[in-house]
Amino acid sequence: MLSQLRTMWLVLKHTFTKADTVEYPEQKPYLAPRYRGRIILTRDPTGEERCVACNLCAVACPVDCIALQQTIDDDGRKRAEFFRINFSRCILCGFCEEACPTFAIQLTPDVELAEYERQNLVYEKEHLLINGPGKYPDYNFYQQSGIAVGDKAKGQGVQEAAPIDIKGLMP
Amino acid sequence: MMPDMLWKLFEITVMLALLIPIAATLVWVERRMIGIWQDRKGPNRVGPFGMLQSLADLLKILGKEDWIPPFSEKAVFTLAPVIGAVCVLMSFAVIPFTPDIGVSDLNIGLLFFLAMTSLAVYSVVLAGWASNSKYAMLGGMRAAAQTVSYEVFMGLSVMGVVLLSGSFNLREIVLAQTDGWFIQSQFIGFLVFLIAGIAESHRLPFDLPEAETELTAGFHTEYSGLKFALFFLGEYLGVTLISAMSVVLFFGGWMMPSPLDTWLPPLVWFIAKILFFIFFFILLRTSLPRPRFDQLLIFGWTIMLPLALVNLLATAVLKLTGVL
Repeated sequence: MLSQLRTMWLVLKHTFTKADTVEYPEQKPYLAPRYRGRIILTRDPTGEERCVACNLCAVACPVDCIALQQTIDDDGRKRAEFFRINFSRCILCGFCEEACPTFAIQLTPDVELAEYERQNLVYEKEHLLINGPGKYPDYNFYQQSGIAVGDKAKGQGVQEAAPIDIKGLMP
Repeated sequence: MMPDMLWKLFEITVMLALLIPIAATLVWVERRMIGIWQDRKGPNRVGPFGMLQSLADLLKILGKEDWIPPFSEKAVFTLAPVIGAVCVLMSFAVIPFTPDIGVSDLNIGLLFFLAMTSLAVYSVVLAGWASNSKYAMLGGMRAAAQTVSYEVFMGLSVMGVVLLSGSFNLREIVLAQTDGWFIQSQFIGFLVFLIAGIAESHRLPFDLPEAETELTAGFHTEYSGLKFALFFLGEYLGVTLISAMSVVLFFGGWMMPSPLDTWLPPLVWFIAKILFFIFFFILLRTSLPRPRFDQLLIFGWTIMLPLALVNLLATAVLKLTGVL
């Protein structure tokens, strides 16, 4: 009986404690920079698209909400011909971000994904692409990899040695 | 004769017109208070401080389909919520609000109240049975057992008051407290009455007939729309009724000790006292967990019933020896 009375007293004391409520539409809660919200496609520091349309994100996606098609430009760059994310299916798990080899696909702390029309939740490439590099400002996939693209030949990458002449006889 | 009758009709109309909005407001008050005690804000969007939340809920519930399950006993199913609401509303007829206000000066007012709260159990039992569903059936059976056991000592607990005041008339009971409220001499009686009252109105921690964690919604699982609203109305009016009866029987009704009674009119004091108890009911709901059903019944029969009997015996002895 005493413990019941004590419980009631403890609850009654909460009359004077401040509410923890964040009154949402007026007051935004703090979302960490790495919060998993709306998905974006980022660009290189040079302004080129990072996505090489390798399909790893679409494979990793547990709900199959990503659809894309690869195309190769004349200068050797690979990019997505179309890139479509159906946010009405997306569970914001972030697996696509983990799978992405070029840091192209990233999740943002924007969670306000409400629409009146369901079709408006299907985002095309032009809706997904942003102008900046997102979370990895200095990363440029083509400068790190050994792929020849545009005016960058093989072996000119940042961490690359010049290619070995496999037909040469010198040790 | 005629003007008298018209006046009574007017009084009844005003009571009915006030009680139903009061029940709706209580829902809002309860949600706000629980919010405050749980460090939340509670409904605060609709209207000033969210006061119109209940109105919005009411409009929504009126717009819902009033579905009668095809497997139910239709006539009884429809009748059950009406019985509940009517019984509680009838009980308000005997409550003396102020020296002048009060629908009926029934000379067996207290018995009438006890009878009406007993009849109210039919609403729950019939609802549980007519729904023809497992959860509702279990809820109805629990309600029957709970009400039968708690009604016994609810009646016994107020007999001390009857002994002291020498009347079943609620107005005379209030007037008998002019020298001192019955809470002084009948504290145990008050405790037993309050606990029984909580059980009678199926409020937490004794809401086992509708325990939502185990029985979905207990006896009103199958109810929707207006019929569900009637159950809700009955529950919240039940809270008001038990609070009003506690005030009338143990806290001097509209009366206050000498310097205070001139500050505010009797009706305001009466309402303030009722509000105090309503807040207490809400506090109980926020803080206490629900007991198991066997614990509830064992508590009733082995602690509360002997306590009520001992209290009645002691009161009778003290009254006869002239101490009280």
